[in-house]
Amino acid sequence: MSATPILTVEHMTMRFGGLVAIDDLSFVAERGHITSIIGPNGAGKTTVFNCITGFYKPTTGRLTLTHEDGTTYFLERLDDFRINRFARVARTFQNIRLFTGMTVLENLLVAQHNTLMHASGYSLLAVFMPHLYRPKENDAVELAKYWLDRTGLLAHADDPAGSLPYGAQRRLEIARAMCTRPKLLCLDEPAAGLNPKESEELNRLLVSIRDEENISILLIEHDMGVVMKISDRIVVLDYGKKIAEGTPEEVRNDPAVIAAYLGVEDEEVEQATGGAQ
Amino acid sequence: MSEASAGTATASAAHTHAPRRNPLKDALVESFMAGLLAAVLASFILGVRTVDAPGGLVLEYRWHWVLNAFLIVGVGRFLLRLFWWKEGAALPRALSAASGRISGVVGQRLLWLGVGLVILAFVLPFIPGIQRYHMDIAILVLTYVLLGWGLNVVVGYAGLLDLGYVAFYAVGAYSYALLAKTFGLGFWTVLPLAGFLAAIWGMILGFPVLRLRGDYLAIVTLAFGEIIRVVLLNWQEVTGGPDGISGIPRPTFFGLEFKRFGENTFHGFFGIEFSPMHRIIFLYYIILVLAMITYFVTNRLRRLPVGRAWEAMREDEIACRTLGINTTNTKLTAFAIGAFFGGLGGSFFATRQGFISPESFTFIESAIILAIVVLGGLGSQIGVALAAVVMIGGFEALRNMEWLQEFVATNFGVEHFDPGEYRMLLFGLLMVVIMVWKPRGLVGSRTPTIFLGKEKKAISREYVGEGSG
Repeated sequence: MSATPILTVEHMTMRFGGLVAIDDLSFVAERGHITSIIGPNGAGKTTVFNCITGFYKPTTGRLTLTHEDGTTYFLERLDDFRINRFARVARTFQNIRLFTGMTVLENLLVAQHNTLMHASGYSLLAVFMPHLYRPKENDAVELAKYWLDRTGLLAHADDPAGSLPYGAQRRLEIARAMCTRPKLLCLDEPAAGLNPKESEELNRLLVSIRDEENISILLIEHDMGVVMKISDRIVVLDYGKKIAEGTPEEVRNDPAVIAAYLGVEDEEVEQATGGAQ
Repeated sequence: MSEASAGTATASAAHTHAPRRNPLKDALVESFMAGLLAAVLASFILGVRTVDAPGGLVLEYRWHWVLNAFLIVGVGRFLLRLFWWKEGAALPRALSAASGRISGVVGQRLLWLGVGLVILAFVLPFIPGIQRYHMDIAILVLTYVLLGWGLNVVVGYAGLLDLGYVAFYAVGAYSYALLAKTFGLGFWTVLPLAGFLAAIWGMILGFPVLRLRGDYLAIVTLAFGEIIRVVLLNWQEVTGGPDGISGIPRPTFFGLEFKRFGENTFHGFFGIEFSPMHRIIFLYYIILVLAMITYFVTNRLRRLPVGRAWEAMREDEIACRTLGINTTNTKLTAFAIGAFFGGLGGSFFATRQGFISPESFTFIESAIILAIVVLGGLGSQIGVALAAVVMIGGFEALRNMEWLQEFVATNFGVEHFDPGEYRMLLFGLLMVVIMVWKPRGLVGSRTPTIFLGKEKKAISREYVGEGSG
């Protein structure tokens, strides 16, 4: 697999008033890789996600997303919904955001909104000519069924999303993101609250999304079992700064990372970060 | 009163350990105390009244009212104590079981209930004994059903609280009145035009409120409704101001008019005798067909991508945006579609009345339509129809209850009792009762738009969001 970058983050800084949430962050996510962002609580991981998916506009910096065909998108200039629609970046949330009152299947059809909108003549034509739209909807249902099968939710297709157990809701959120046919999938703590067995299943799912669907993944995760096993590359943040980057093996042995996670004297941290950079 | 009941609660808890005490005696004492308390309160509120007398204001004592209060509260409490507040009492259990059973049965047969109502609606004018007055009520009810279904798109599906829906009703009514009177356009030409004009105003309202949620959105829509009304009231040259517009042309049946005399008359063409009922029945069928179109279109839209996006937006707007849904456009379409049907309703209102003035488009109209949507169950079309029948039909029926008037006159000696005067009181009471009994409206479940399996399960309201604004 050729290692061309799908997402390039250059000198991104995000300030909230006087608070610097992210300070001059640069990293690259390779195509077809699982890139993890880790760091202690409050390190700015979710802020990075919110900048990538357009919920925040970074104060400075450039976020470039490149498709296989060479088309580039500057994410800091796109509206949040256009980032999904055109740049094809999908995301999930740390605190699950499903359409709880809609069925599992409906959730996945909402994810295919833009395709279906086009197919239904912006819904107005289909009011009078539903037969023209029906085959397209069936295609959408097939895609939904494919992802329900992959995530083991097929039996729950007609259940309200809110009635699913926690682990299933997490999987449904991933399935919903996948139904937007993304190039880059951003997952914000997908393993949070999962038991070891579910966490193992999640690993398999993410690896298969990378290998079989050929989709790049950007992952925020606290569960080191997940991160170390499946990541191709890891970026470590602390207080909004990148303190380390590398393969799981490199990061595991990095003194700055150990210092950030375990907590040490300030001078030691300075020494360590100085050493790492 | 609450103190008294709290006292009884602890007292009755103690009784369970002291079975020797007589429950009947307890109930009597308690009722007497409650009645006494009511009498004390009533002696100030009901017992004394100031009357205008030649020498100034004098006090008039009405001790019988105090006695009445004592008896009503005392007996009421005694009966409640005996039949309702008892542990394992048969009556409340039977009632709640019956209510559950009715909801279950009705819930499973909503479709058949709907089909039955539609068939009834189509044959209504030909049911023997149906008079003009009944038809007038039916037309009014159907107008509110149409408006309810239109507003349901905005409030029920998209979860955007709109307190100014009557603005679009007004736009539709004035569009028809002005276009018909100024350019001589017919009802059928103007009807879609009025709808589109209202839809444009829906979008105009939509733009400033796109970023607002919840209470703020409600306030702005409320203001918008008032702005439209005030403009209609003050733009004298165009709208006629408070005098309104009269002599609005009536709709024609393929060019045939519903007049006693003239060239192209309905009864002349068909060779039947003239009857004013013909026009009423014709109007009835117009509004019935308009309502059915509204149902058909909104129901189908719900199953199409835009409808799913409305509901998804109600559930979680942020999630919608991460899925590439342009929520700005989605909100605007919801406002526009809702306003379109409001415009149709307004056009019909203008042609039915033949006269419109800003007085018909006050905030209370918006409130009634909103109440119908909420009481029916947000997002449920059959619920909205039922609520319109109960609220509008029920209260219009109350206006002409001569038997009740006679009953009150003979039994209580109250002359000139008009049940219609208590309309709004009952309206409020009914709303409270429905909201306590069924907090999520008459039809409290959501039907999914698509099923994978054969079994078509409804979604319980506990999962369904109410929208954030």
